[in-house]
Amino acid sequence: MAFHAPIATGRSNTGIPTGRLAVWWLLASEVFIFGGLIASYLLHRLNNENWGEIAANTSTPAGALNTFVLLTSSLFIVLAHAASERKDIARTLKFIWLTIGCGGIFLVVKAYEYTTEISHGFVLTSNVFWSFYYTATALHACHVIAGMFIMWMISHDVKISKNLHRVELIGIYWHFVDLVWIFLFPLLYIAK
Amino acid sequence: MSQDAAHGNHDARYIKIWGILVVLLAISVAGPMLEIQVITLITAFGIAIVKALMVCAYFMHLNVEKRYIWYMLIISVAFMGIFYFGSAPDVMQGSGTQWKDCVLDKSCVPTNDMAKDSVNYGILR
Amino acid sequence: MSDTGIAAGHAAAPHEHHEEMDFWSKYVFSTDHKIIGFQYMFTGMFMALIGGFMAYVFRMQLAFPGESVPLFGQVTSGDYNMLITNHGTIMIFWVAMPVLIAALGNYLIPLMLGCDDMVFPRLNRLSYQIFLLSAIVLIISFIVPGGGFGGAWTAYPPLSASAEYNHTDWGSSLWVLAVALEFAAFLLGGINFLTTSMNARAEGMKMMDIPIVVWMINVAVILFMASVGPLIAGAVMLFLDQRIGTSFFLPAGGGDPVLWQHLFWFFGHPEVYVVLLPAMGVVAEVITTFSRKKLFGYKTILYTTFATGVLSFTVWAHHQFVSGIDPRMGNIFAVTTLLISIPIAEIMFCYVATLYGGSIRLTTPMLWGLSFIVEFLLGGVTGIYLGASAMDVYFHDTYFVLAHFHYTFFPIAIIGVFTAVTYWFPKMFGRMMNETLGKIHFWGTIIPFNCIFIPLFLLGMAGQHRRIYNYNNFPDLATENLQDLRVFATSAMVIMLLFQIPFIVNFFYSLFYGEKAEKNPWKANTLEWVAESPAPHGNFKELPKVYRGPYEFSHPDAKEDYWPQNVPN
Repeated sequence: MAFHAPIATGRSNTGIPTGRLAVWWLLASEVFIFGGLIASYLLHRLNNENWGEIAANTSTPAGALNTFVLLTSSLFIVLAHAASERKDIARTLKFIWLTIGCGGIFLVVKAYEYTTEISHGFVLTSNVFWSFYYTATALHACHVIAGMFIMWMISHDVKISKNLHRVELIGIYWHFVDLVWIFLFPLLYIAK
Repeated sequence: MSQDAAHGNHDARYIKIWGILVVLLAISVAGPMLEIQVITLITAFGIAIVKALMVCAYFMHLNVEKRYIWYMLIISVAFMGIFYFGSAPDVMQGSGTQWKDCVLDKSCVPTNDMAKDSVNYGILR
Repeated sequence: MSDTGIAAGHAAAPHEHHEEMDFWSKYVFSTDHKIIGFQYMFTGMFMALIGGFMAYVFRMQLAFPGESVPLFGQVTSGDYNMLITNHGTIMIFWVAMPVLIAALGNYLIPLMLGCDDMVFPRLNRLSYQIFLLSAIVLIISFIVPGGGFGGAWTAYPPLSASAEYNHTDWGSSLWVLAVALEFAAFLLGGINFLTTSMNARAEGMKMMDIPIVVWMINVAVILFMASVGPLIAGAVMLFLDQRIGTSFFLPAGGGDPVLWQHLFWFFGHPEVYVVLLPAMGVVAEVITTFSRKKLFGYKTILYTTFATGVLSFTVWAHHQFVSGIDPRMGNIFAVTTLLISIPIAEIMFCYVATLYGGSIRLTTPMLWGLSFIVEFLLGGVTGIYLGASAMDVYFHDTYFVLAHFHYTFFPIAIIGVFTAVTYWFPKMFGRMMNETLGKIHFWGTIIPFNCIFIPLFLLGMAGQHRRIYNYNNFPDLATENLQDLRVFATSAMVIMLLFQIPFIVNFFYSLFYGEKAEKNPWKANTLEWVAESPAPHGNFKELPKVYRGPYEFSHPDAKEDYWPQNVPN
């Protein structure tokens, strides 16, 4: 049976479209999940002076490169959103695919980092710093993968000019993923 | 001004903001090279906050969104602050008033001398 | 926006697909908010039977230690730990949460706000499916090798973090997984509730025209969303500790077990209010309808609800007064804990003021509503002793604590649910429940309930600690008069369980053969009573418009003693 959106979905008492409002609530709940993890990390970090030395084993250039990649992908998706608003399908698709590409580069760099660290003997169970490092970055990487997958699904709709407003929604989510990385980068890579 | 030109300006503005973000990133990477801790902290976390606010305002369009979305997100972060500061006095103190964390503190020797501990940790009068 | 276009096209012929649906798409994979509400409700009731049976088994063990329990057999200490742990977990996460928030929220929010469904019906269905999966995972955890998790519903590490200590290698991991899945389900559902309430209200419905129960469910959802995040992160860390061998919470590897306690109670205390608020909302609806009087202090109740919500985030460490936390923090948390009783007391006063001078009708839902106020008051007042850090040192982990939180949770999860079910039953199923059976069930539940938990207060004050399998091993606690109290409590409990049979009979008999209900049998004002009973797919023939607040009873300008929200004048 084909699904029909109910009338309720089209209503907008707040003046914010329903989809966007839901994404904001989703992000609020994500703030708490990452916030809890980062707060736990900070509690440990400030309590253990030797963690600075352990953190020196993370690769700042790789982290910086990944920050750059994510910032650029944020630019691409916001350009895709701008293009979708003026119904420029070709340009929207181009920038969605560029964003997915950036996500791919991010994951490759991350995988390279993981490999280097594991080959140096720094694994998930080495000590609590590395546990936090792998948990936080892996949780973030899951969000990157989820974002890429959703973008790929949206790109099918965009091809036939359907549900163009979803480009904005995935954009907001993607910027949030970028935001989390903006904080993880100094926490895990820079502060030594 | 035609529609297209207005949008072209938008795109140009996004690219300008991206440029600023990349410059900020460069500063935050360069900061620790001075090896002064205060500067490292400012360049790392101060700039992270500035970058985050810029992404929120211009890329997520919070500058034109209803005000209460800002409040919603800021309150979320504030609640995490409550969690942090409520737990910190407790979790950050590896040793309690009547026990010590002998895993981290290698110098710890079991003692029954409560009075000495009270002086050391300044909790009981 | 394209969604709007689809909706407009759909509105022209809203019910044309209704008849074609087969059983599966109508009741199992439905996207209708009412069906999803029922799914949550029946799953919750099924889990309540399991949770109730567990309580029966361990109470029998405590009253008659070492003897074989009918329907279960010999209870080992491992069984006992598993039973108390999962009784708590099930009753809170798989009964109170799904029935009070998910079932009532799903059923009531679209009806009370005058819209045809939730704004994201498919997301809603997904949230139920994840919830069902979580329930299945939990039930599987009872039968895996090693048995179910037995480290108490608070799952304190290091006991919960390492199979070396808890001996339930698989049980504890599946427990964490089930809880995490359940949280994910409610986060999805919660986003749906909030978006619907903010964006999809009927034409003319202002913020202050929203029924209190919808407000309270939404505040509860925000509290849940804001408190559960850190615990989701904590659950991931605990799971890694169990399965991969990290040391987030294991002191031997440099981790910190107290951090888990903070993560858990930062969620755990707001969680009390997450389930309390919907129950209080239900009681507000019932009390004002059956007093035929406007709800006293709508805005006061609303603002005190917000105050409760904010304050509930500042009290969590009162669960940890004896965990070796910093005594200075103990003082702060004792003060905030005492503060939070003020807004709740204020809401209670508003309810009592609503009753004052009303023409009260003692129907079954009203009896449940009134008993909620009385019983919850007892729970709240005993909490003040526990909130004071000095008293808590003695009371911590005794049966006083246990009796206290059962005096809060029982009114919430049992009385609140029965209030709601008996009140909305005509709307849900189109038939009336039997009043006589309803009253037998009411008195047969309330009297034994007090007989169970008042003795437990006494036992707690006598120093009886919780989570002990057999008190015969403790000479001070194995005295005859204490044992008599245990037997008394257990007998009352068995009687209470037996008195649930009239309810089950009444429920299913009325479901099929009860007297047909009219649209608005209680003569209430809110929008759900505008729809047919039972409400069809799409809810309303014509989406209602709202002209006034939800509680205009006995208004001088109205023709009758009630004045529905959708009537122009």
